Formats: sequence, structure tokens, C-alpha cells
Amino acid sequence: MSLIKGETGEWEVVIGLEVHAQVSSNAKLFSGAATAFGAEPNAQVSFVDAAMPGMLPVINDYCVEQAVRTGLGLNAQINLRSVFDRKNYFYADLPAGYQISQYQQPIVGTGTIVLDMPDGSTREVGVTRLHLEMDAGKSLHDQDPRLTYVDLNRAGVALMEIVSEPDMRTSEEAGLYLKKLRSIVRYLGTCDGNMDEGSMRADVNVSVRKPGGELGTRCEIKNVNSMRFVQQAIEYEARRQIEVIEGGGAINQETRLFDSKQGTTRSMRSKEHAHDYRYFPDPDLLPLELDPAWVDNIRASLPELPDPKKARFMKEYGLSSYDAGVLVAEKDTGAYYEAVAKGRDAKLASNWVTGELFGRLNKAGTALADSPVSAAAVGELVDLIADNTISGRIAKDVFDAMFETGKGARAIVEEKGLKQITDTGAIETAIDQVIAANADKAEQVKAGKDALLGWFVGQVMKATGGKANPAKVNELLRAKLKG
Amino acid sequence: MALDKDKVAHIARLARIRVEDKDLAPIGKELDQILSWIEQLNEVDTANVEPMTSVASLKLKRRADQVTDGGYPEKVVANAPAAAHGYFTVPKVVE
Amino acid sequence: MAALTDLTLAAARDGLKKKSFSAKEIAEAHIKAVEGARALNAFITETPDKALAMAAQSDARIAKGEARPLDGIPLAIKDLFCTEGVLTTAASHILDGYKPQYESTVTSNLWRDGAVMVGKTNLDEFAMGSSNMTSYYGPVESPWRRQGDNRPLVPGGSSGGSAAAIAARLALGATGTDTGGSIRQPASFCGIVGLKPTYGRCSRWGIVAFASSLDQAGPFARDVRDTAILMRAMAGHDPKDSTSVDMEVPDFEATLDKGVKGLKIGIPKEYRVDGMPAEIEKLWNQGIEWLRAEGAEIREISLPHTKYALATYYIVAPAEASSNLARYDGVRFGLRVNGDSLDDMYERTRAAGFGAEVRRRVMIGAYVLSAGYYDAYYLKAQKVRALIARDFEQAFGQVDAILTPTAPSAAFAIGDKMDDPIAMYLNDVFTVPASLAGLPALSLPAGLSGDGLPLGLHLIGRAFDEATVLRAARTIEKAANFTARPGAAS
Repeated sequence: MSLIKGETGEWEVVIGLEVHAQVSSNAKLFSGAATAFGAEPNAQVSFVDAAMPGMLPVINDYCVEQAVRTGLGLNAQINLRSVFDRKNYFYADLPAGYQISQYQQPIVGTGTIVLDMPDGSTREVGVTRLHLEMDAGKSLHDQDPRLTYVDLNRAGVALMEIVSEPDMRTSEEAGLYLKKLRSIVRYLGTCDGNMDEGSMRADVNVSVRKPGGELGTRCEIKNVNSMRFVQQAIEYEARRQIEVIEGGGAINQETRLFDSKQGTTRSMRSKEHAHDYRYFPDPDLLPLELDPAWVDNIRASLPELPDPKKARFMKEYGLSSYDAGVLVAEKDTGAYYEAVAKGRDAKLASNWVTGELFGRLNKAGTALADSPVSAAAVGELVDLIADNTISGRIAKDVFDAMFETGKGARAIVEEKGLKQITDTGAIETAIDQVIAANADKAEQVKAGKDALLGWFVGQVMKATGGKANPAKVNELLRAKLKG
Repeated sequence: MALDKDKVAHIARLARIRVEDKDLAPIGKELDQILSWIEQLNEVDTANVEPMTSVASLKLKRRADQVTDGGYPEKVVANAPAAAHGYFTVPKVVE
Repeated sequence: MAALTDLTLAAARDGLKKKSFSAKEIAEAHIKAVEGARALNAFITETPDKALAMAAQSDARIAKGEARPLDGIPLAIKDLFCTEGVLTTAASHILDGYKPQYESTVTSNLWRDGAVMVGKTNLDEFAMGSSNMTSYYGPVESPWRRQGDNRPLVPGGSSGGSAAAIAARLALGATGTDTGGSIRQPASFCGIVGLKPTYGRCSRWGIVAFASSLDQAGPFARDVRDTAILMRAMAGHDPKDSTSVDMEVPDFEATLDKGVKGLKIGIPKEYRVDGMPAEIEKLWNQGIEWLRAEGAEIREISLPHTKYALATYYIVAPAEASSNLARYDGVRFGLRVNGDSLDDMYERTRAAGFGAEVRRRVMIGAYVLSAGYYDAYYLKAQKVRALIARDFEQAFGQVDAILTPTAPSAAFAIGDKMDDPIAMYLNDVFTVPASLAGLPALSLPAGLSGDGLPLGLHLIGRAFDEATVLRAARTIEKAANFTARPGAAS
């Protein structure tokens, strides 16, 4: 547990997250309008989304299924009966004057998310609930000095609001929570997790208290749209609250906005008034009742999720918790790794995938899906190392060439003549030449200065263009100088 | 029970209906009269009664995830009291 | 031959088929009648050009032998139904200039069957009222007058314009909507037939919402057969309305004359309310006798929670309305009154755009849903509502239909009861319980008050059993032989 030091001693930060994850659906939650990102203003708006008089909602079956699938992925309880309520408030981008949401009876109840801590340990964070609701439209405040522009393309898009328990204590944990949640929904295919396009946003609840004390008053920071910003916002907000309290003030329960340019939070003016949302069941809809057999079918169709996959990688491939965690974070990395590791040295495969490949991809800003080096190609490279065709050092050059050209490992080795020299005669010749040229140093080794042995190995490798088998060089050198 | 001016102002504010100060008291009286009348429901024993949630005894119907609507931005803003560049416009909101 | 405006819908249909007259001729006769009756203020928008264009299409189909069920029938449409490209106001200032870009499902069904629109009828603002006096476009006058008294009377409400139009022979049929009695009470006041079908029978898509769990569209006509014909055309499953029922719509006309022999008719003892006028009670007893004479078995039943129906209604309906009417905010359509800020704009727009009764109900609704009051008011009301529905369920275990008066009085004068909301609400005392339970119910003219005004009888049926309600109504209709006509239209 990490505490923040204030003037009056240490403080504990208590964090809960409400994540809005957009369901990856073609059409909106209650209308047949499209959900694609980046359309012309109001081009993806039906009369239902615009809340024209007499318009009525009809629910999208696929969105219901994705909410259930996500609930199952969070090991959560699925409520076979849930209710859609109206949350009433006025805002320019909320056309009906109410949002259709789920209040007292959400579709998914309590579940769990396991955080993979950097030291390889794990930590559980409780999920309070997941409910379905419609998104609001978008207000643009910077288009005109006197006006706010309203675009309703997002209005009515299906969101899953996933609410955590206030179980997190550091901004890092909040970041890991988001990362894991994102990983799970992406595995499930229920949300694309794209934070840049607003497919995933977080409302962050932060309060501070003396360790073990009563929970403090919390502030809600709205709509934070990147993992880095979530962490920044928490750090700023925790310090702000500590300063207020230590300065003799009190925290007001309020909604705050994160300013990503300044890295600060500020009180939200438009939400000053105490809210009274006047929730009541939406009379345009009936309670949502799920057939247990239908839920079981979804359960049976779930893919292997990050946590069980990680455990399997550790067991099956002997990987460390950390490496396994890295490899399972995305569904396609796990699959890529398995294609490389199958029938090969699993640890060697892991090193090449998490080390060289991820390093190069990262540097080039390329996604795994667009990698110029296929899993089969990495496998071929690993094979060449394993059967001593090339050394590990040469393999790095080969990999670089593969990444540049997209050619296969074997082809590059052939083309560049990089095959390892394992022929004893050829290596002995090179050794003899090096010893002859450095007789003084050879004498020192013979006299017991073993540290110079490594220098000789290097010289021999250099003389053979790095192609000599290092183990063999070592063995022969020892025989000649120490024999 | 009486609805004082503050309470009426609060309700008017929730409903986003402007009520002039001088009208708060008479409206309070009027609403009070209706509320006292509907409080006769307190006579009814509703212990163990489930509230009615739907009149029609139906299963909620669900539609397929197909794009069947939208694509007519000009119709969406056709009746707008104020619009610019395809957007609705409202007095500037300061968040 | 009788004037074309005096025909029943069924007679007009048959005459058109036989080419005794054309759709154009019927349309013209009604357009003229509408123009001649402007003093009633029954219409907010007249659509003569549209009527003629639709009639021409009907004539073309009839000529080709491809007549549809309602081809050439002129109808008046309550101005709560959205009609594409035609001003739709809900009789509210706040919908100033609003021309929907879509057509309601119910009116689409009528046009599909060949009907012709003569105009959009006046109503209480957002259908909130029982007198048609809350309309922004001014009150509707009933075509009826008391004997020896020329003071204008209300047509009832909220569908007052539609009811007045049918009584005054301005259309052969009309659409209404009924939330707590808005079809049945004006039908009773205007001496015509009005049917509120089972909740879920007609699509609500494209009808300006008042209270979503109560609103139902239904027909007005001058006799039971015409009502049955219109009902069939309006009804039907709509995938765009989650509360619309996927159930076959029967041919109500075909079973109309099956009589009531063997039917069990319930008479709820709790409906004999204190202070019921003697002439109303007398008419009710007369109705019982007519049915008994035709072979129905009469049974006294009990609906013990009836007395709480009105109070329940005046929590549930305003609560839903306060939310349904939040969309009238001056942003996307209708009236906008500019303000210093978004909230100021909202508050000015809604204060100017809504009339006193709408403002009152929206505020009551916001209050009963607000924090700290939800359980005491809204939740309590929904529980009492469940008890009211259960009363009916138990009653329908013993009887096939229920007979009551439609309203506690005949029509009253314009301006009466306006200063006492609760006295006005009491108009709906007999109609509200069936609305809360979602049951089909019909009003038909069965006699005249002492001063010569029509009085209606009210039949309530099992869910989705409009057919039995219509059968029983047809039996009473034959026995009552109601032939009185409003003075203003003769």
C-alpha cells in the first residue's frame, strides 16, 4: 500500500472508477442509426435519437448480448430480470431530457477484476455492477464565441457502464484496472477499447483519508479519456484534497473536470446544482427478461480470457508471471506467441517475442497485426538458433534484416552467408592465428590470468565474422591455452 | 403539509419552468391542494404488493443489430429554431 | 338521397364501391362542411388540398377495381398524431410551426387503407384536460346546446375537436387518443361512439406522448359498426413500439351482430358514487335492462380499489408527462424564447410554451418523482394501480364485460370548472380505472339528459377482447335507438 505524505502525516487515497465502454455494435441501443466514428454532424441520427415527438425506443438485441458477455467475462452475476429507467436532467446534448439507463436493477451484478501488479503479484478489485445505457450527444463549445454547437451522432450509442468498488489505493492501480478491463472487453469483442475515439471513458471517484480512518468525501472527475490522464487526474486530485483538508478546509462532494493541458482538475460550473435525477422505470420499455439457456449459450461461447490464459502460459510454457502477463494482455499477442512457441523452446520464443519483436514494433509504431515478421518467421529464426545454425548474436542481425525486408530467416542466413562455423578445423586455424599474433597475452593466460580468456574469445569471433560457434571457440581455446 | 415558496421554486427549477416570484405562493397553494387530495392513497394497504411495471403482459421485444435509420441530417435539423453548419445551436454553455 | 356528410362510414364505403358517388364528391362535401363549421373551432389545421389529392387517388383505385377497405373515407385526425409535412401542434404553443418529417403508425395504417385526411383537430394541450379548454388554439364548442339555452358547451376532452367534428358531420370518422378518458368522455358529451382499445393494440409510434403507460389511440364514429371498421384499420403490431402487441387483429365488424345472449355483464357496485345524478343512474339501469332483455346475464361485481383510481392516475400520468415533456426545450424544434444561458433559455421557453394546466401537471410530476417523495407518491401509486388491475382481473373471472356510465354528468358550459382542477379531474372518475388497467372500453350514446344533451354508457372488456365490447355496444345501440342530433349541425 502506498501512502501520500502530507504535512500532518500520511494519507491514503481511495479510488473507484466508473468506466463507460461503448458496445461494438453496428446500430444504436434504441434506434437503427449507425454508430461509426467521425460522420458528418447529425448524419447518424434517427428521429428517435433526436427525441422528436412520439418517437419510441426498441432495444438492440446484440447490445444486450454484449452486456451479458462482458458480465460473464468479469465473473459477474447476470440478472435475469433487469429494468430500464429514465434518468431525468436537462442538457443541450440530451435530446429527450432523460437518459435511458438502468438504476436499481442492472443487467449485471457484482464481479471481479484481477490486477497484474508489476512485481508479478495480483490484486483483486471488486466490480459493483454493469448496466446498459445510452450515450448523450456531443456539445462543441469552441466553434463560436456565443454559441454551443450540438451534434447528436453519439446520442443513443450503447454504453456499458462498469462501476468498480472503491478498492484502489494508487493511481497505478487505477491504471492497471483500466488496462485489464480494456484487455477483457477486447478479448470478448464487446468493446474496441479505443480511448482516442471515446469508446472507453472513465469517471474517477477520488477521496482521501488517514490510513484506516473513515472514508472521506469524494469528488468525481468526469470523462477522463486516457490511462495516463486517469493517473494524472488522481495524483493531482489527491494532493489537492490533502491540501484543502490540511489547510483546515473541507471537501465538497462535487463533479470536477480534468484539464489535460494543465494536468489539473477544476469544479464543473454547469453541474453546480444538486442533482435530482427523478429515476423511474421507462414506461416505453418493459423489464428485460433473459432466458437462462440463452445466457448459458453465451457462457459456453466465451473465449479463453487473459487470467486463465496467463495461468496456462505459466504452467504450459514455464513463463514468469510478468512475461505471461505481457503476452496475454492482447488476444493477438497471445496467439502470436503460441504460434512461435509451439514445439519450440518456449522461453526462447518468449524472449524473442517480448524482447526483439515488441521492441522493434514499438519503435516503429507498428501494430502486431501489421508486423512485417510473421509468427512462422520468428519460429524459423528460433529453430535456426536451436539447431546451432546461427548464434544468438547473429540472430539479432538476422531479425533486423527480417524486419526490414520481410524475408524469411533461413533465406537471409543463406543470402548473407551467416551460417555458424562449427567445423573444428576452421575454428582451430583462426585460434592459432590469434594466439600467434598475441603470444604475450597467451603466455599470461597460461600463467593463470583467466580474465584474458574472454578477450581471446572476442578476437576469434571477430576473426570469423561472428560466425564461429561461441561455445566451440571457448572449448578449443581452453584446450590450447590451459590444456 | 404545505409547499413553501422555496419548495415551489425548487420544483420549477427541476422542471425548467420559469416562475415569477409573485406566482410562487399561489402555485404552491394550488399544488398543495392537488397533493393533499392524492394523499388519500395512504389509506390503501399496499404491503406485499408489487408495483405495476407494465400494462401489457409482454416480453420486451428486441431488434437485430442492423443500421436501418438515420442518414438524413437535413431532416433532423429541419425544424430547429437555430442551427449552423448542420449542428443545433444553443446559448454558450460554460462547463 | 341523404347528404354525403350524413352517411355512415359503412354506407359511404358501400356507395363508393357501387360508384353511387365519388371519393372526390365526398371529400368536397366534407371540406365544405368543415369550412362552414369554423365557429366550433374543431380544427387546428384544415387540409383540403391533401384531402382532394388523396380522394383522387382513391377514385383512381376504385375505378381500377382495386379499392382498399377505407378508400375515399374522410377522416379527422387529432392533432396529437404526427403527420408528415403537416403542422402538428398538440394544441401547444411550444410546438409552434412543427412539421414532422415522419407519419405516425396509426395514421399510416389509415392512409394505407385508402382513407382521406380532412384536417387536424383541436384538443386539450398535450391531451391534458377534459373540456378542450386548455388548447393554445382556443376552446372547441360542442355542436350541442341545452334546450332553451344557447350558451356554448364543451365537447369534452381531450379529443374534443375530433368528437365535435364527428357530431357536427365534418368527417365520417376520427382518431382520438385516450389516457384517462380522452376518447370516451368527449364521445359521451357529443353523442357519438368512441373506443379506447386495449393498451398495446394500437402503436403509439408518432403520437405525441402524454403518459406512456396509459396512452392509446382509438376511433370515433357515429355508430358502433363504423367504430369497429376504423378500429380494425388503426390497430396492428408495430415493431417500432416496444409496447405494441404482436397479435392478430380480428374482423370486429364480422362479429358485431352476434348479440349478448349468454354473455355475463358485470355491474360494479362501487361505481354507484355518492351524488350521482338521477338521470345518469336511470340511464345506467336502462342499459342493464336492455342487455338483460337480449339474453345477457347481469351480475353485481366488486372493484374495491376503484375509488382510488383517480388519485392514482393523477400521480402516474403527471409523473410520466413531466419526463415525456422534457424534450420540449427549444433546441431541436418548436418554440424557443432566447435567454442569457442554456438554462435561462429552457425556463423561458417552457414557461411561455406550456399553458397553465400543462405547467401544473409537469410540476406535480417532477415533485412526485423527486428525491424523498418517490416512494410516498409514485411507488405507492404504482402499487395501488396493481391492485386496481387485480380487481378487474378477478371480476373478469366472473363476467365477460362491465357496464357503467361514461361520465358523471352531461356536457358543461365553456368556462365552468376551470378554477377547480379537482372538480375537473372528477369528469374521468368512471373512465380512469380501465385506463390504469389497460383494458378496452367504449362509450356510446344511450339517451338524453333532462335538458336534451347526450349521455353515454360505458362498456369495459377483457384485455384484447374489443370484439365482445363492440358486440355488447351494438346490442345497446339497437335498443337505445339514439337518433338525436346536435342543433348546431342540423
